[in-house]
Amino acid sequence: MSTPDVRLGAWEAVRLVASREVTTKMRSKAFIITTVATLVLLIGFALVMKLSEGSGETVGVTQETQALAEPLKATAGQIGQSVDTTVVSEEEGREQVADGTLDALLVGGDDDQPLRVVVEKDLDGDLKNAFTVLAGQLALNQEIAELGGDPAQVQSSVASAQVDVEPLEEPYPYQPEQLVLGIIAGVLIYMSLLLNGQLVAQGVVEEKSSRVVELLLSTIRPWQLMAGKVLGIGFVGFVQMVVVGGGGLIAALALDVLSIPVSAAIGTVVWLIVWYILGFVMYSLVFAALGALVSRQEDVGGVITPALMFVIVGYVVGISVLPSEPDNTLAEVLSVIPVFAPTLMPMRLAMGGVPVWEMIVSVGLVIVLIPLLVWLAGRIYANAVMRSGAKVKLRDAMKPA
Amino acid sequence: MGDGRLEIDRISKRYGDVVALRDTTFDVRAGELFGFVGSNGAGKTTTMRITLGVLAADSGEVRWGGERITLETRRHIGYMPEERGLYPKMKVGEQLIYLARMHGLSAKDAKASTEEWTERLGVAHRQGDDVQNLSLGNQQRVQLAAALVHNPSILVLDEPFSGLDPIAVDVMSKVLLDKAAEGIPVVFSSHQLELVERLCDRVGIIRSGQMVAIGEVDELRSGGAAELVVVAPNAAPGWAAGLAGVTVREQDGDRTVLELGDGADDQAVLHAALATGPVTEFSRQRPSLTELYREVVTQETDEDAAPGAERNEAGVTA
Repeated sequence: MSTPDVRLGAWEAVRLVASREVTTKMRSKAFIITTVATLVLLIGFALVMKLSEGSGETVGVTQETQALAEPLKATAGQIGQSVDTTVVSEEEGREQVADGTLDALLVGGDDDQPLRVVVEKDLDGDLKNAFTVLAGQLALNQEIAELGGDPAQVQSSVASAQVDVEPLEEPYPYQPEQLVLGIIAGVLIYMSLLLNGQLVAQGVVEEKSSRVVELLLSTIRPWQLMAGKVLGIGFVGFVQMVVVGGGGLIAALALDVLSIPVSAAIGTVVWLIVWYILGFVMYSLVFAALGALVSRQEDVGGVITPALMFVIVGYVVGISVLPSEPDNTLAEVLSVIPVFAPTLMPMRLAMGGVPVWEMIVSVGLVIVLIPLLVWLAGRIYANAVMRSGAKVKLRDAMKPA
Repeated sequence: MGDGRLEIDRISKRYGDVVALRDTTFDVRAGELFGFVGSNGAGKTTTMRITLGVLAADSGEVRWGGERITLETRRHIGYMPEERGLYPKMKVGEQLIYLARMHGLSAKDAKASTEEWTERLGVAHRQGDDVQNLSLGNQQRVQLAAALVHNPSILVLDEPFSGLDPIAVDVMSKVLLDKAAEGIPVVFSSHQLELVERLCDRVGIIRSGQMVAIGEVDELRSGGAAELVVVAPNAAPGWAAGLAGVTVREQDGDRTVLELGDGADDQAVLHAALATGPVTEFSRQRPSLTELYREVVTQETDEDAAPGAERNEAGVTA
């Protein structure tokens, strides 16, 4: 047998390591289950939105109350509720309310209470508002008529009366839908960073505890092994993010549940992926270095928790503050700081209203930080990965080799 | 690439205050099976890890074919670490192909080589199983396959025989002899000295990080203190006491075991024995590797008692 040609380019080695990670991880049950489950959840969410949106209220009116059908629709329209009406006899109407065909039946009341609504159990909140406003208007009309005025004229002058607001700072018109998208983006990126970041640390320790690292490092350099692992698992997470984000987007578009522009929705998904990549590279380098300090899977949790706290804090701040107050100053400041940016920024970007300079600064800072982390993590990893047994002290691992 | 010899040249390594290796030097010639013996903690594993570059030496160098070993040339080494290492949750076949590719083989060659070695080592039918589901013996075979799958030009095996059943020992021995016969240097460490004695062309004994004996097995044995066994039924106890350079080791009835020091004349001993009457047995005995090893290794305690009394070292290091 002749001596084989054993040249192996540096990046060829990284590619080999990465492709092993990709094939092993993509075949793992955990990957398949989390991806499918998340996708199903998102599509399910879009379906629920579709169903709840399509269910305009149906109100039955009798011959007696038929005249109120148009004012009811108009009033409901003002408070953002769509109402359909059908004319039924009171008897039929009561039956239909009982079997759920009608949400409510409007019957004539007495003089004190001209409106009387028959419902199955309870009156839906928005519908109740519509009826209340309607009742108030009827009462007002009656009073105006008694005083000799023209109710229609009063109504129109009331409607045209407005306050002229002059904002010093144009507020961003946050839409509820974008806030929901922001929350979804936050949950996705948090889950992804958490799961894939831990996979990196566990993978490093698996090689350490099984001692296969000694065999691998006799043929490739530590940085190649670390880079391959980070890139491989990162790619798997990227695919997951594209499948889940893209799938959710397609479902939302197909079901036509988004009222925001399509470009904004696509922008959200693209930003989500960009921030996943940045956040993953940043955190997984740290996780790889920290993972290399210990030799047993049981110790992984303990050693990566401090770094994980940053991911968790960013997410918790985002999810608890942003939906109710999208322009919160604390969240705004934190979202530019690299360690919190990967969780907070995509949420803010999905909600909209992020100034361009903040986008640039947050991305820029992470990009500046990454080479620094590559150097530091590479050093810690190379120093610690061959030391099995007790936990290697971080300070010892940072010393020059 | 010169003569394909693996040279370990004056490598030293300390761990804090502990000296692990002190100017350890030896070489393994192409086509030679070299046995590396020494007690636990003597420095065998450290030497091998430095050879493989997974550990950096404080000083000294490792050369192959006269050239200092680099990461690139290191891929020619087949290595079996002392603490076995394979991915527990990866299939045997995929794992071997992966390791072969990591040593620079093409996908096609890696596949062919995996087939060949799993076949030769009798684990071909387990290719589709995860390593963790294999018996320890089979894991060991896969580990050896991992050292061989990239068709290495040097073999460095740390305790390849530990934990093997007799059949597996035969398989392993055959593979090592075959590889040496192909003309590559093969070095392995072991505590099974009979095995080392039987298989190896040359042996190196390491003690406290220093090579204390290197040479062919026969050469080492003849270098050890020679012993004479004399059976003289009529001899009175103490018959050999006055002979120059002779120490009585053992006296058991008519059987006397004598140790011959430097310059002692065995013929003079024979004459003295004959003078007592008939001599029914007179033989020169050479120590086995095990005895030699004990002698060399226990010097540590002798040395502690009398520093500098390295009486055998000069003689043995041929």
